[in-house]
Amino acid sequence: MNLYIDIAGAIITLIGSLFLFLGALGLLRMPDLFNRIQAGTKASTLGTILTLLGIGIINFDWIGKIIVLIIFVLITNPVSSHVLARAAHFSGVHMTRRAIIDLLKPKLKVAKPEEQSEIISKEPLN
Amino acid sequence: MKLKNISITFLVILVTWLLLNGNLKLPVIGIGVIVSLTVTLMFCTKCDLFSDLKLNPKSIFYMIAYIFVFIWELIKANFDVAKIVLSPSLPINPGILEVNTKLKSKMGRLILANSITLTPGTLTVDIIDDKMYIHQVAITDIDTKKATNSIVRTFEKYLEVIYG
Repeated sequence: MNLYIDIAGAIITLIGSLFLFLGALGLLRMPDLFNRIQAGTKASTLGTILTLLGIGIINFDWIGKIIVLIIFVLITNPVSSHVLARAAHFSGVHMTRRAIIDLLKPKLKVAKPEEQSEIISKEPLN
Repeated sequence: MKLKNISITFLVILVTWLLLNGNLKLPVIGIGVIVSLTVTLMFCTKCDLFSDLKLNPKSIFYMIAYIFVFIWELIKANFDVAKIVLSPSLPINPGILEVNTKLKSKMGRLILANSITLTPGTLTVDIIDDKMYIHQVAITDIDTKKATNSIVRTFEKYLEVIYG
């Protein structure tokens, strides 16, 4: 009986690590930052959850801690990737050439290059 | 309103404590109750984290249903990414779309944005007023209304009942 539980936990952990591997592959293959964040977020979330769950099944005493960890990962992972994407978009990271549309760009109030140079030239020189 | 807020915060802290300890002995529960009551009363008399949460049988049923819908979408998202990453031609069609949301409460919007980030090929980049800007790997519809239907509606119909 114990053996079957061990095997089930090991298989779940293995599937989780496969997803983590796919996430890493996505980071390498995707063309720009936003797509890389996409691949990283999704694969690493499910990968981490399954890996932790497998460990929790093998060691059933830890299941409470594992559930707390899973909830933390579920809350923090999307927030961090959203903040990264937002910061990148604000600081003007270019999207790949295959990108077809960007509806957020007109909403940004970025100082134009000539305005920036004006600001710089007005400063006292000494 | 305030009592609901305080009691839900207290329960969340207490359950986290009990899960971390992993047993239900009397001293553990006693310390947990005292500590979480202190923390809640010290830090959460003015916060409004859960004040938009509705507590009736229908919304509790929808909460449980939402968890299963979310897990299913998360698994689908991962197979989506796996398919794109493993195919040699890398079939992507990326861009940032604009969608509308009907949700008004902060917590509801937070959960909606997080769920969208974790589901097939979409990533919330920004929220301005009622509009969310979403980066999608494989765009099918550029139109705002169609994109809203395909991306947001799956979760919004549940969150509308839970958070209003």
